[in-house]
Amino acid sequence: MLESGYPVVTATIVFPLICAAILFGLRHPGAVRLFTLAASVVEILIAVPLFTKFSMDTGDFQFVEKVSWVPEWGLSYHLGVDGISYLMILLTLLILPISVLCSWTYIEKRVKEFHFCLLFMTSACIGVFAALDLVLFYVFWEAMLVPMYLLIAVWGGDERRYASLKFFLYTLAGSTLLLVAIIAFKVSGGTFSIPELMTKTFSFRFQCWTFLAMALAFAIKVPMFPFHTWLPAAHVQAPTAGSVVLASILLKMGTYGFLRFCLPLAPEASVYFGPAMIAISLASILYGGAVALGQTDIKKIIAYSSVGHMGFVTLGIFLFNVKGVQGALFQMLNHGITTGALFMMVGAIYERSHSRQMSANMGLGKMLPAYMGFWGLFAFSSFGFPGTNSFVGELLVLVGSFQFNLWVGAITIPGALLGAAYMLRLTQKMAWGRPRSTKPSWHDLTTREWAGLLPLAILVIYIGLAPGLVFKLIDPSVDKLLKDFKARTVNSALAEAPLFGLDFVKK
Amino acid sequence: MFRVHALIPELFQFTVILVLFIQSLGSREWKPLVEKWLPVAAGLGVAVALASMGVRGEFFYAAYKVDALSQFFKLAVAGGFLITVLNATRQPTLEDDKRTDYFLFLALSAWGLMLLASSVELITIYLALEVSSYSLYALIPLRAKDRQAAEAGVKYILFGAAATALALYGLSYVLAAHQTTYLAELMHKSWAFADAPMAVVGLSLFLLGFFFKLALFPFHFWAPDVYQGTSNETAAYAATLPKLGAAVVLIRLCAFLKPELEITMILAVLGAASMTFANLAALAQKDVKRILGYSSVSHAGYIMVGLVACNAKGLGAAAFYSMAYVFMNLACFWVVCRTSTDGRNLTLDDLNGLHRRAPALAFVLAVGAFALVGLPPMAGFMGKLFLLTAAWNQGYNWLIIVAAVNTAISIYYYLSLVRHAYTAEEVVENPVVPDTSHFSWFWGCAIAAVVLLMGVVPSTLFRAGIAAGESLLK
Repeated sequence: MLESGYPVVTATIVFPLICAAILFGLRHPGAVRLFTLAASVVEILIAVPLFTKFSMDTGDFQFVEKVSWVPEWGLSYHLGVDGISYLMILLTLLILPISVLCSWTYIEKRVKEFHFCLLFMTSACIGVFAALDLVLFYVFWEAMLVPMYLLIAVWGGDERRYASLKFFLYTLAGSTLLLVAIIAFKVSGGTFSIPELMTKTFSFRFQCWTFLAMALAFAIKVPMFPFHTWLPAAHVQAPTAGSVVLASILLKMGTYGFLRFCLPLAPEASVYFGPAMIAISLASILYGGAVALGQTDIKKIIAYSSVGHMGFVTLGIFLFNVKGVQGALFQMLNHGITTGALFMMVGAIYERSHSRQMSANMGLGKMLPAYMGFWGLFAFSSFGFPGTNSFVGELLVLVGSFQFNLWVGAITIPGALLGAAYMLRLTQKMAWGRPRSTKPSWHDLTTREWAGLLPLAILVIYIGLAPGLVFKLIDPSVDKLLKDFKARTVNSALAEAPLFGLDFVKK
Repeated sequence: MFRVHALIPELFQFTVILVLFIQSLGSREWKPLVEKWLPVAAGLGVAVALASMGVRGEFFYAAYKVDALSQFFKLAVAGGFLITVLNATRQPTLEDDKRTDYFLFLALSAWGLMLLASSVELITIYLALEVSSYSLYALIPLRAKDRQAAEAGVKYILFGAAATALALYGLSYVLAAHQTTYLAELMHKSWAFADAPMAVVGLSLFLLGFFFKLALFPFHFWAPDVYQGTSNETAAYAATLPKLGAAVVLIRLCAFLKPELEITMILAVLGAASMTFANLAALAQKDVKRILGYSSVSHAGYIMVGLVACNAKGLGAAAFYSMAYVFMNLACFWVVCRTSTDGRNLTLDDLNGLHRRAPALAFVLAVGAFALVGLPPMAGFMGKLFLLTAAWNQGYNWLIIVAAVNTAISIYYYLSLVRHAYTAEEVVENPVVPDTSHFSWFWGCAIAAVVLLMGVVPSTLFRAGIAAGESLLK
């Protein structure tokens, strides 16, 4: 069942897999790199209909493809894109060539396998964002674990085995209960199809249990305090491309899950647990910022800053108002662009100084002016300087939180300030600190690095100055999401039923 | 009317046994020939089993029934037999003059399992079980004068004899209480403790014999020891195919249970205990075969999830999962056997750097291990999804949550197989020399392909499973 003749979403999922298979026929590492780069460009070309045919007038799913997969169990291969997933898919497409570029010289061993993992991961990520069948979603969700695990475990830093194990155990253990929730939805709602389940109403107790099971999986992925401990380890040990993909795409899957599953499928439970989710979002913002302030390892600072930034996203989601959810979607995109770029830059400087310590990378302003220029831009974007992309998102979340509750808004402010504090401290040291080991022989950004950073820098400024297009893309879906959500929660007296007992009965 | 063509898979296997028997009586020069023709014959056996998927019939006064369930399991047995035969042809720890006898017992045991799949009468079931078990008793100690193998053999016989004796004892109770041994008639009797206490006790004891075969907690103690003691190739057989025999009988017997019966509760509790205990124990293991041994104990627990659902989908899912389990496990054992070319027991450290020395084997191991965890898109995921979905809201939701939590526990030790193969540095002293021949990687990848295919396109097989479940509950 196809809306148009050309299954664009399937094509973007399958093409990287085909390229990954072809990779094994190539011998020379240089050829592998060139081929993957070419493939990533072709991948964007394949996705062109996504850009040209996406309708900004509707919040419904577009580019829907549905083929029966296992009819006995009602599994289907069901894909579709709406405003919430659209930006994430574009981000995934954009990140692939950039991660190839930033590993050009960084990765020296097992080049073929490395690019195989990158391509495989791209497929899985697009699949996660496009899947409209719960089981298909779960398949893609787990499928991207293995390549990410390998990226960290094989090409990572000295403690890669510890970090990769922690990453894998945390995320897989978290998602086992998600599978149980999926099964519960199937048995109570009669289908695995997400759009169909969105129209069904479940009992409050059922919603609470499924909300908890799903929220655990997503909270680990985001990661929200106190489930964040895998993140700094994984980020610090991962190779540059691994960090970029992890920060730009994988973390978004958690917040995407909240938007796609928790709010529509368990609306009353979302309201019920909303205050708790807001509380731990605030804790993430403050904790991430405070810990980032105390780090000396540049990569760790950015890793902890991710915890804080993703806290803004979850905060926005659980405010349940238009500004909050818009802000959350904006921040998902912005964090992907900005933090991805920052991780690339850390990788670039690491290739020169062979150290990620702040003290080893000081006083770069004079020697690497282009590098520091880019760094300044992305650092300012990171703490939401007006005129950059994050300003828009952070402002929306702040406005939303003040609308929601004065105190929630008030607590968010120091979080935003902390962001400025650690980023400015870091930038100041890197640009003007007294150089200890900085060598004049380090060359400034190469053409290849320029090519990787420039698109991101353009996006930072473009979205910062003209956010209108992004609004147009996301608005119909956000409106639809919140309209459905409000319709389902407004009349429900939140039942006082105790949470015990597992005998879920459909309302 | 006696329709011979419905029995072709069994008859074909029996012919293989006869040829092996004649060859084993022959002169010394004949014996190595067995490795040339037997894999071909076993491959033909798979084709025959596949061709007779659709036949139905009843034989021997309705004690022997060829139905959807039996054909499904005969296919699984034939497939597993092919792989174990291929595997065993390169067995380093088997003396040349014992080769034919080894394969004779192997074929006989598989034949017993095929009979077991079709038996629908308690005494027939018992006899078929013994045919498959006795041959296996003889196989276990065949490991080049290894003391541990002898110990494993003794352990297996003693455990097995005690379990089957109890099963026979239970059979007498069932017979006394319900005056019949035909499953078709037992199906319509009451199995509540209040109505027929003797029958329930009897059935529990009878089931015990199969719990032993399946290595379900608390009858699992033999499994890790026997796998460790016996040769890698024999362990590959003992860990996989006999489970199929146990599973098929349990599926037949559970068809006449209801979720609210006491005996179903026992199954659920044993299932939960089995998963939890085995997964925790496996975390501490270093020997790869012991890890796989505990893994088989925990998978016995997962199969229980489908059985306690007591509906067609649950039984079908249990059948599907048993078949998936066989291939996932054979994939792992294939790597163990091909890596340990000198026949030693592998530790996790022996796997270090396998991806460099034998990339294909490392890949097969990754597929097998991730499938056992239940990671999509492998067979293990689909199997688990079907099991859990079938059992949800049948009164055992706690068991499903226990199963999910257990999946989380088990990740660690399955992942450590992959971790050692892919990320650890190679050992310098006394490294294993994996077999990198075409034979090794081709068949390894073939098993991995089966595991992947069962996960990506499970529909056909699963339809057969459901049909089997429905035919039982009719």
